[in-house]
Amino acid sequence: MAAVTEAPPPLAPTAPDDEPPRGRGRLTPYWLLLPGILWLLVFFALPVIYQASTSVQTGSLEQGYTVTWHFATYWDALSEYWPQFLRSVLYAACATVLCLLLGYPLAYLIALRAGRWRNLLMVLVVAPFFTSFLIRTLAWKTILADGGPLVGALGTLHVLDVTDWLGWTSGHRVLATPLAVVCGLTYNFLPFMILPLYTSLERIDPGLLEAAGDLYARPATTFRRVTFPLSLPGVVSGTLLTFIPAAGDYVNADLLGSTDTRMVGNVIQTQFLRILDYPTAAALSFLLMAAILLMVTVYIRRSGTEDLV
Amino acid sequence: MQTTTTPAVGGGDVRLTGISKRYGTFTAVHPLDLTVPQGSFFALLGASGCGKTTTLRMIAGLEEPTQGTVHLGDQDVTRLPPYRRPVNTVFQSYALFPHLDVFENVAFGLRRRGIKNVKQQVAEMLELVQLGRQARRKPHQLSGGQQQRVAVARALINHPEVLLLDEPLGALDLKLRRQMQLELKRIQTEVGITFIHVTHDQEEAMTMADTVAVMNAGRVEQLGTPTDLYENPRTAFVAGFLGTSNLVPARVTARRGEELVLTAGGATLVLPAARCTVPAPAGAAVLAGVRPEKITLTHADDAAGIPEGRNRITGRIADAGFLGVSTQYVVDSPVCPGFEVYAQNIDRDPRLVPGAEVVAHWSPAHTFGLDAAQDGDAGTAHAEEEAA
Amino acid sequence: MRLLTWIKRHLVVAAGLLTLAYLLLPNAVVTVFSFNRPKGRFNYEWQRFSTDAWRHPCDVAGLCTSLGLSLRIAVWATLGATVLGTMTAFALVRYRFRARGAVNALIFLPMAMPEVVMAASLLTLFLNLGVRLGFWTVLIAHVMFCLSFVVTAVKARVMSMDPRLEQAAQDLYAGPLQTFVRVTLPIAAPGIAAGALLAFALSFDDFVITNFTAGSTVTFPMYVWGSAQRGTPVQINVVGTAMFVVAVLCVLAATAVGNRRRRHTT
Repeated sequence: MAAVTEAPPPLAPTAPDDEPPRGRGRLTPYWLLLPGILWLLVFFALPVIYQASTSVQTGSLEQGYTVTWHFATYWDALSEYWPQFLRSVLYAACATVLCLLLGYPLAYLIALRAGRWRNLLMVLVVAPFFTSFLIRTLAWKTILADGGPLVGALGTLHVLDVTDWLGWTSGHRVLATPLAVVCGLTYNFLPFMILPLYTSLERIDPGLLEAAGDLYARPATTFRRVTFPLSLPGVVSGTLLTFIPAAGDYVNADLLGSTDTRMVGNVIQTQFLRILDYPTAAALSFLLMAAILLMVTVYIRRSGTEDLV
Repeated sequence: MQTTTTPAVGGGDVRLTGISKRYGTFTAVHPLDLTVPQGSFFALLGASGCGKTTTLRMIAGLEEPTQGTVHLGDQDVTRLPPYRRPVNTVFQSYALFPHLDVFENVAFGLRRRGIKNVKQQVAEMLELVQLGRQARRKPHQLSGGQQQRVAVARALINHPEVLLLDEPLGALDLKLRRQMQLELKRIQTEVGITFIHVTHDQEEAMTMADTVAVMNAGRVEQLGTPTDLYENPRTAFVAGFLGTSNLVPARVTARRGEELVLTAGGATLVLPAARCTVPAPAGAAVLAGVRPEKITLTHADDAAGIPEGRNRITGRIADAGFLGVSTQYVVDSPVCPGFEVYAQNIDRDPRLVPGAEVVAHWSPAHTFGLDAAQDGDAGTAHAEEEAA
Repeated sequence: MRLLTWIKRHLVVAAGLLTLAYLLLPNAVVTVFSFNRPKGRFNYEWQRFSTDAWRHPCDVAGLCTSLGLSLRIAVWATLGATVLGTMTAFALVRYRFRARGAVNALIFLPMAMPEVVMAASLLTLFLNLGVRLGFWTVLIAHVMFCLSFVVTAVKARVMSMDPRLEQAAQDLYAGPLQTFVRVTLPIAAPGIAAGALLAFALSFDDFVITNFTAGSTVTFPMYVWGSAQRGTPVQINVVGTAMFVVAVLCVLAATAVGNRRRRHTT
């Protein structure tokens, strides 16, 4: 009502409320911004630039490095580690799809069907966060252990025969296989999918769903034509929030995988912290960043959702 | 009821001198002079975007005028920030502090001025607005009308020299609105503070205010008492915005003593020269206006019985709407299409149905003349927009 | 037929609850295995029930020290990120200034970047500058990656705030400082609290960036990581379980209090 009666005139370029505050304090925003932005510039932007320069340096640890614009490092890194790169993208994509398939029903349940259980279910979704994710990931070692009940059951049901044939598992083992890594990735990033999905589903006016039913849409059609399209912003930000960290992760591959499941994160970590080959590590890290930014940009453009933050 | 203390400063008129506000290339308020006498209930009336809220905010100090000055009594307050002005505002949609209860909302201004013992004053103020029992509620637990009263109490407790009300009743439903109009009027009479009330609702402005300024496109079109504005609109906008007017394009044929004789599409109309706002020599074009309720409808068969000397227009009833108290007719006439007539339902003539040939006639004294250069529909479009 | 409809109607519920089970299964395992007495150095296989670890949580060398360090870092990082982030958020919402887009991008990017990339870049910087790795480098890194999350949380809250509230405060004789302290800050408080809570959780649980910037300093996640190589003491599960229980109890208590207050006042 108020919005209708006092809508700004069509001619007015800005409504009075949007005007900056009174004359004084034109510098205030800059003072407010200075510490935070300086922090991000020095400890986020500057390091990225440093890393870019490191990636084109040559030299050795003992004699020091100099910038020689040695772009061959990129080529060498890619030709040596392309399988890890590919694996990262593949595993992250699998985990993202799994997260969406698993997370959507739960988000839907909490947002639209849970009624008075909604708060409790939300607590249960967020609660695992409070235990260190490393401890929880180690628990998967127990769950997927070779002699454990889960692997036994999967073996009896001949599921492992199929997964072995697909190359997801090997030798009737789950631990130390791609399946275990993808399972760990899915588990670790699932809440990042559920929360944005929940937010966008919860915003849907229940009246819309009733209207769809009133206009002869069966439940499945209502979902396909109304609910899902309206939850798309959640799907987009959920997939991004899952894919990005999953692609850079190395903890799951390290704890639940083997040398055959190493991802690009593992390579960066070893190069940086063990082998101390900084140019190669920097080049790989820079490539990962560029690849992800590129994919994210294309994805956001195509999905038409610009307002993620 | 007596309030605890009298205003701190000896008040005075609110004087706006050449005040204007521009945002970039858009002029929200054109240079304007306005004096609001102390103790009056003053309404700024206009459609949305006409500059009335901007004017109010410049008085409050929330908006800095591009030009001109604001005086409270003898004091120039143009450059004073809002927290140094002895002026308080009741905001549109109230702007009650959601994290404070009713008591603390009302006490806010007193506490900011360093007054320690506020309990008594707040309690009395809450009594005045009949909210004593809701003191410990949070704003979101109150109804719209109660929130509105808290907003009034929160402003009034500071005994401002001027109380500014920005569409204070806009968010209320019709019935509550009527009730709050009377309530606000009662409070104003009790405390005797100058009220400046911004509204787009002409009925609200007319029932509450002593003086109304009608604003349009950043300018004051006309200023006067409600009766004056209604009976003697000086522009087509005011004529259309306050109530309904029939404006007939006409031409002056002669001056006959204190009267002007006009011709409009074959009909001859008479207009008191004093009620014509523009100089009207013979041959000049004017708009002859008349309010629908001043007109009588007579069936064409009885036309002979109409007394001499009345202005008449013949036509055919296009539409008739029965409203209980009255019936609203729309008469199509070659002189003026869509001529409106409101007839009290005293003795209904059963022949007055759509399609009937009729004569609409009224006393020449009820005719007013306006500048023909104006758009005859001005004001009405805005009023419809507001109603929607 | 009726059975089929019933199944159809409850399919979503079943699927949702299965996902929930998947999410909570590891926590159940962690809890159960906190009562295990393993044979070897690793706590992956169930042997027999024991409450030893619960009675002596600090008996393992380094565990409680690392926990203390993690808490200390989390508290300081939360404080730093909350103060800086709140200031930034206010500037972004309340003022129009040049380079707004660039500032927004700078805040968004750390959230859109894999941790390992940020960690590696930061390490490169520290190595190039010859900074000694330890408590301070970890703190700097944590403030950096928590900052964006705080900004986002506070921004959302401040944006939904009615600007008329501050105008009303000014109209009621509150100067700029009073307005900020009495009106703006209390209303923005839930957003700031949410941001701070998130920052604390992120910092306390961070492994990747810490691993790169800590040098020989050992935080709790790093201790767990190391133990995965050397042998996992049961006490890790005790800490994990205790954190889970305490957090869930806090959240439940908070919602219960909130519910009761709502019921009382309406």
